[in-house]
Amino acid sequence: MVNDLAERARTLRKHVVHLAADSPGAHVGGSMSVVEILTTLYFDGVLRVDPADPARPGRDRLIFSKGHSSAAYYAALAEAGFFPVSELDTYKKTGSRLAGHPHTGVPGVELATGSLGHGLPVGVGLAMAAQAQGLPSRVFVIVGDGECQEGSVWEAAMAAAHYQLDNLVVIVDRNGIQEDGPTEEIMALEPFADKWRAFGWATVEVDGHDVGELSNVLHEVPLTWSRPTAIIAKTVKGKGLSFSENTNAWHYGHLSADLKQQALQELGGAS
Amino acid sequence: MSLDTWVSEHGTSSRTTCRVAQLDLARSDDRVYSLENDLALPSVPFGKEFPDRYRQIGIAEANLLGVASGLAQSGRIPYVNTFAVFASMRACEQMRVDLSYPKANVKVVGYYTGLSGGFAGPTHHCTEDIAVTTALPGFTVLSPADAYEAYLATQAAASVEGPVYLRASRGDTPMVYSSEYPFEIGKAVTLCEGSDVTIIATGCLVVPRAVEVASRLASRGISCRVLNMHTLKPLDVPAIVAAARETGLIVTYEDHNLLGGLGSAVAAVVLENEPVPVLRFGVPDVFCTRSDEYEEILDLYGLGVHDVYEAVMRRLR
Repeated sequence: MVNDLAERARTLRKHVVHLAADSPGAHVGGSMSVVEILTTLYFDGVLRVDPADPARPGRDRLIFSKGHSSAAYYAALAEAGFFPVSELDTYKKTGSRLAGHPHTGVPGVELATGSLGHGLPVGVGLAMAAQAQGLPSRVFVIVGDGECQEGSVWEAAMAAAHYQLDNLVVIVDRNGIQEDGPTEEIMALEPFADKWRAFGWATVEVDGHDVGELSNVLHEVPLTWSRPTAIIAKTVKGKGLSFSENTNAWHYGHLSADLKQQALQELGGAS
Repeated sequence: MSLDTWVSEHGTSSRTTCRVAQLDLARSDDRVYSLENDLALPSVPFGKEFPDRYRQIGIAEANLLGVASGLAQSGRIPYVNTFAVFASMRACEQMRVDLSYPKANVKVVGYYTGLSGGFAGPTHHCTEDIAVTTALPGFTVLSPADAYEAYLATQAAASVEGPVYLRASRGDTPMVYSSEYPFEIGKAVTLCEGSDVTIIATGCLVVPRAVEVASRLASRGISCRVLNMHTLKPLDVPAIVAAARETGLIVTYEDHNLLGGLGSAVAAVVLENEPVPVLRFGVPDVFCTRSDEYEEILDLYGLGVHDVYEAVMRRLR
């Protein structure tokens, strides 16, 4: 199963390469870092969603709050069956619904994101409604680490603990680098896990590229009854490509034909 | 039916009656929630009666609007109670991204609108909310004229599928209505018939002043129509065009910035459909820094009954 998931992750990364090469550009760094998180959620039976009926009542919700990493998100949605994989070719093209930042016109997208700091507050509302109605629905919110510089994230963190929303899970893509540089240089987040703990969240740190580790945690939530769960997934920005790893230079960019070829070779694919 | 009993029970403050309306709605519709921003009113026991549908969010407006959006996207009908200035500007982008874009079925009640904050000072006045909220696609924007209409508007908001912003006043304001009437979103109310001039007014305290202006004009033989424009979006275009055609002079009257408010909207409609002179009364693009009662502040900024009366007399003389 882990091997299957690793193969899924490789497929998503290849899609990201295509999208960044065949469009004006994509947020390569944050897309590559979030791949295993998306893979585990969609392809390891964590998310209870139905691509044939994306609005099914009582479904789990995934809010992809770091919407700029749409290349990876669209790749996951397409591979999961929310829309045809061939549609990925229209990414950012004239007339396409696959805009640079996701919106609810795309099947499977629960919230228009890209403006940072919106996902967690809305997630709190969704979790609150499910809790009040006694529904089994869980809410997963993927946020970027730089995004956690937004005050609204912490307003929501406070409210989620206050209302004991143990059906709410935040997954932080802790790749350590934001657009202008390392998070700890731009606006330090550490001690990051302690911050979530102090806000009342059951908090765990995992290797965000280890699908086995992610799978174990995600199948186990809530980690503590009556507390929301924070998963700090330690990741590598631009993971998988020698030239994009651990640099903000590929936060956003267009891949030339040569780089595309190199990237696909490094990922171990011919397509 | 006379409103005497209703008023003696609920009073003349929109701050109370908007919440009473939410409580009454909640009794017949279990989708209705009431959210508070640390500005709740203990006299309206929503939280006691429906603890599971009452949510105190604390002093955190971005989260407040986001939570409301999440509730709405789960089929709930959340009412958000906060101050107009916080809803329309502090959490403006949440109004846009989390409410307007997804057409979230959230009802935002913004108290202390206009200059009704009075002595609370400029941080608590809100003379920009019409401009902000009417520019958000899909929003319905309501601006009732007294505490009774505020009750009706709050209830009517639930019948709209999509986001609603309701401008609510701070304290007691004069009653415009003395008997029950059917409130209809998007349909201006003709409070006085008239043929020489039309005053189009919106909001508590301002609409009753418009009626007073009309009554003074009547004593000088001038027939003044008064429209209570309680819905700013969608605007009642037919009523405005008819007023322009039939009376030939339009006066707008609001406690909002002259830029981007009722006056701007009405002037655009008149210009496009039935060009006649338009006189606009509103806040002249300034902050009000004087601590005073609501009534006094309106007078100070040229929004007194006498100011409007004199301007109409000058124009018609």
